[in-house]
Amino acid sequence: MTEAATEEALEKKMNTVPLKMVGKDVSVYYGDKRALYDVNLNVRENTVTALIGPSGCGKSTFLRTLNRMNDTIDGCRVTGLITLDGGDIYDPAIDVVELRARVGMVFQKPNPFPKSIYENVSYGPRIHGLARTKAELDQVVEQSLQRAGLWNEVKDRLHESGTGLSGGQQQRLCIARAVAVSPEVILMDEPCSALDPIATAKVEELIHELRANFTIVIVTHSMQQAARVSQRTAMFHLGNLVEENDTDKMFTNPDDQRTQDYIMGRFG
Amino acid sequence: MTDIVSQASGKVVSAAPPRRDIGIRRRYAAERRFRFYGLAAIAFGLVFLFILLWTVVSKGYTAFLQTEITLPITFSEQLIDPGNKRESDPKVLQTANYPLLVRDALAEKLGIASSDRPALRQVSGLFSDSARVTLRDMVVSDPSIIGKTVPVTVLASANIDSAFKGQFDLTVDEGSRKVSDQQLGWVNTLAEEGVLSKGFNTGLFVNGNSSRPEAAGLGVALVGSLYLMGIVLVLSLPIGVAASIYLEEFAPKNRLTDLIEVNINNLAAVPSIVYGLLGLAVFINFAGLPRSAPLVGGLVLTLMTLPTIIIATRAALRAVPPSIRSAALGLGASRMQTIFHHVLPLAMPGILTGTIIGLAHALGETAPLLLIGMVAFVANVPATPLDPSTALPVQIYMWANEAERAFVERTSGAIIVLLAFLIIMNLGAILLRRRFERRW
Ligand SMILES: Nc1ncnc2c1ncn2[C@@H]1O[C@H](COP(=O)(O)OP(=O)(O)O)[C@@H](O)[C@H]1O
Ligand SMILES: [Mg+2]
Repeated sequence: MTEAATEEALEKKMNTVPLKMVGKDVSVYYGDKRALYDVNLNVRENTVTALIGPSGCGKSTFLRTLNRMNDTIDGCRVTGLITLDGGDIYDPAIDVVELRARVGMVFQKPNPFPKSIYENVSYGPRIHGLARTKAELDQVVEQSLQRAGLWNEVKDRLHESGTGLSGGQQQRLCIARAVAVSPEVILMDEPCSALDPIATAKVEELIHELRANFTIVIVTHSMQQAARVSQRTAMFHLGNLVEENDTDKMFTNPDDQRTQDYIMGRFG
Repeated sequence: MTDIVSQASGKVVSAAPPRRDIGIRRRYAAERRFRFYGLAAIAFGLVFLFILLWTVVSKGYTAFLQTEITLPITFSEQLIDPGNKRESDPKVLQTANYPLLVRDALAEKLGIASSDRPALRQVSGLFSDSARVTLRDMVVSDPSIIGKTVPVTVLASANIDSAFKGQFDLTVDEGSRKVSDQQLGWVNTLAEEGVLSKGFNTGLFVNGNSSRPEAAGLGVALVGSLYLMGIVLVLSLPIGVAASIYLEEFAPKNRLTDLIEVNINNLAAVPSIVYGLLGLAVFINFAGLPRSAPLVGGLVLTLMTLPTIIIATRAALRAVPPSIRSAALGLGASRMQTIFHHVLPLAMPGILTGTIIGLAHALGETAPLLLIGMVAFVANVPATPLDPSTALPVQIYMWANEAERAFVERTSGAIIVLLAFLIIMNLGAILLRRRFERRW
């Protein structure tokens, strides 16, 4: 009885968190092939939402619909409604450049530009006109690297190539680069899959800290990671959203049998 | 054998591990043989390269030296302007018999009486007819020189040059030789006195074409080739890069772009003479541009070079990892910004390498230039790309058709110059690639 009450309270609390992004009946087609089937998924503000599910179930595809990176793929078509703060992001009047400045992205493989660390981080602010003077730019770079927990490691070699860093440092550099544009939402597509456990732990810690200022959606193939970093979890299977729930509930008492099976490692 | 027999008899003789006959020895032997074939192929190539370079260099290096005669010449007023009419009629300075001045000076030096006509005729054969121009230019630019005695350097004649360089077989009967024994004697005397000597052949690089080999130079061809390269670079690099960027980054992938792609690849394989015909038909006959002009040559070579540059540029663009594009796009860079800030700089070494190789091809191209008339005899260095001109390979082709010994030497010399340019360009390509090579 009491348990049910607390659960209800928790749910209520979670439900009062404002919705940052809303996906309604989102379907995605690659040419004739359908990759997502009417997905309804909400992303809450200052929350880490984890997308899990077996390979090829459409996690990355859904993630890419959130900042319209799918636009860059030939033959990719998105239907349904996706909103950011209530505004339709697929509205023809929306400038995709502006959208991507508000919804940043970190990729699976660290992909720093083959330029200096400084140039990597300052590139976004420069093209978006976020800093008017060199001093302002310096400050943005420092602040972003601080936020990505990389400042102390690279402050003496800001003008060395970003590709000379270790894999984990490169990924945090990419996070700093995304953060430098001051986005509202940061999308991460399996950001730790190319990293060793120590670097992974650092990035996870970082995600924890970033949550205070950003809304984060992270794709992960690691159940443990989803459990560690996220508050909400969405489970995909064969292009369908199977279940979306609080992470705690998802991993202890999921509503859907398929989620249960997947978490227990019965498929995937 | 024994195994089979014993098995047939139902007994297992030994528990030896199964024999795996994968022919290790045969495999190693095959590998050795293959390596040998490879080495043989490379050696074969190197031998021919060496033979080629050796023949060219051994025949051509002497072209960079030229035999000259330096001696004091008296600009006798009596010979140049006997009637003292140069004030009223400057033409007399143009038409005066200047070779006579050189002949007399040489005769005096060699102690030949002015009545010994046969000997004087032989003396005239010592120096080049280009002395006429040398002296005339001196007098015209400064008429006050008339009456004075000034040291002048004139070229030795082609035959004397060849003989002095030891290129004639002197054991041949004098009658069937181009240089007489008497002339050879004089050459030796003059050489001992320091009047006749070999100097660096600047004329080879500055003179225009001439029917006298000793005065013929690559000046026109060099300037023509320079114009050609400039035009090709200025036109084909931007056009090629723009076309490649469009095809690679913007164009939708459909039938039409596939067709364009196939056509570009085919154009790269079209024989160059066809481009010459195209240039003749379009630029000269239709557009009315002048014949023999480097402008037309440059346009034709641009058409020929474009496919090479486009193919190289597209390959370079494709080699830029997609993750770089995603990174920039994900940050909110527009497509243009992504391409110009990130993709193009990374593709630049590949693009430049392709361009330089394309230019090197164009530099060595002869056939299309023949068709558009750049094979003319041009003595004056072209001032603009619209003036008649030749190009290095065409000049080589023209000289190779000449019979005289001195032209053989000059042909090889010109080939050396062309090869030097090609080597410099290819080195440049390699250096650029090294310099800008990046890892990601
Ligand atoms: N660029 C693409 N072109 C065509 N099909 C794609 C493309 N990207 C993904 N897909 C297909 O869409 C489905 C979902 O892929 P994806 O979203 O990458 O899965 P996940 O990230 O969950 O492993 C897969 O069947 C995949 O083959
Ligand atoms: Mg994926």
